[in-house]
Amino acid sequence: MDTTEYIASGTLEFYVYGLLPEQENIEVSELAKKHAEIAAEILSIEKTVINLSYAVAPPLSAENFERIRAKLIEKHNGVVQLQPKRSLSGYIGWAAAVVLMIGLGIQSYKYNEATDELNTATVQRSKYEVLVADAAKKNNEHEAALAIVRDTLNTPVKLAGQAVAPQAYATVYLNKAKGEIYVDVAGLPKAPEGKVYQIWALKLDPLTPTSIGLVDDNEANSGVFKMDNYQGAQAFGITLEPAGGSKTPTMEQLYTLGKV
Amino acid sequence: MTQEQLLEQIYKKDGKAFTALYDMYSKSLYGVIFNLLKDKEESEDVLQDVFVKIWKNIDTYNEGKGRFFTWIVNIARNSSIDRLRSKGHNNSKKNLSSDNFVHILDYNTSVTSRIDAIGIKEFINKLKPKCIKLIDLLFFKGYTQQEVSDELEIPLGTVKTQNRNCIGELKHLLQD
Repeated sequence: MDTTEYIASGTLEFYVYGLLPEQENIEVSELAKKHAEIAAEILSIEKTVINLSYAVAPPLSAENFERIRAKLIEKHNGVVQLQPKRSLSGYIGWAAAVVLMIGLGIQSYKYNEATDELNTATVQRSKYEVLVADAAKKNNEHEAALAIVRDTLNTPVKLAGQAVAPQAYATVYLNKAKGEIYVDVAGLPKAPEGKVYQIWALKLDPLTPTSIGLVDDNEANSGVFKMDNYQGAQAFGITLEPAGGSKTPTMEQLYTLGKV
Repeated sequence: MTQEQLLEQIYKKDGKAFTALYDMYSKSLYGVIFNLLKDKEESEDVLQDVFVKIWKNIDTYNEGKGRFFTWIVNIARNSSIDRLRSKGHNNSKKNLSSDNFVHILDYNTSVTSRIDAIGIKEFINKLKPKCIKLIDLLFFKGYTQQEVSDELEIPLGTVKTQNRNCIGELKHLLQD
């Protein structure tokens, strides 16, 4: 048979999704045993949809695993045993029962001990996963920031602290060719609750400020933010504005300013 | 671990089998359930039921009739749809089509996935809208070929191949 054509028909995707009639499912399973390329394609499709559904799922609480286990124990007498098929008839005497009881006692004790360890490990692992993910995210942010700073096409523009905050500073990285603008606001104090920093591109004669974006939490990441593209800026300023930003800059709250 | 290794553990009644089962599939099943229910607590609740059902009925799974993942995804979809019905959402399948798995990325603020959720969102947004709908209806929601053909107004005979092309686009990004 022409497996390439069969694979191209899209039937294997339906097989993995579970949308084929039972008879066809059996046929596909048979084909997969005979043809390695069909088996491989099925695995590849399955991996794709497992990863897709994995990726879009919200974080799952660590306790969930424990709750399921508890439900299984409560309703079905134990997770670890898959309902053993019992053939014990009534011959077994008291002696055996006593031995069994002692055995169960020890088992139960060991089992609880192991379960506790497992639970702790599961919760710990979830916590580490979050930590690792956070660290990876931070690292990506830092690398992205570094790439902007190092890019020779970007001209740095130093913005100096103004009357309201003499200690403050910021740096704009301007790609003149593309009009791309990044701003490093790590030198600004944390914006108070309900306030945001607004970044302005200025043309000087006559003085025309154009808002190129807001930074509402300047401590949230590496401190380098991409602003709206703007061509031909002659200077940049940063003001503190109410959340949501303002149409024109509040000059009394001008934190930093610098010419290109 | 492959499906075969996992099943072997389960059949041997290996104590670690349940943990392995959970590790391999819980997050993916949760993704499917959440896409249908759009509620974290309720989805976790259904996920618990699904694992209880999987464990309880594992003897009825038949390798000759399909992949293990397919079997458990079916349980997850059916349990979610049952939950929707019992809650009086009284929208069997039809009202489910208004929203899709792309939207659930918006609920997903923490980047704990093995695949960077932000990266995947950017990629998925590059998928053709038709692909998003196709994969959403077929894989996540279990629509039949006929239902998808009606819903998306595409010829019945092209549903499978169009879906295959969409999966092909996804493969490159999603496989490690």
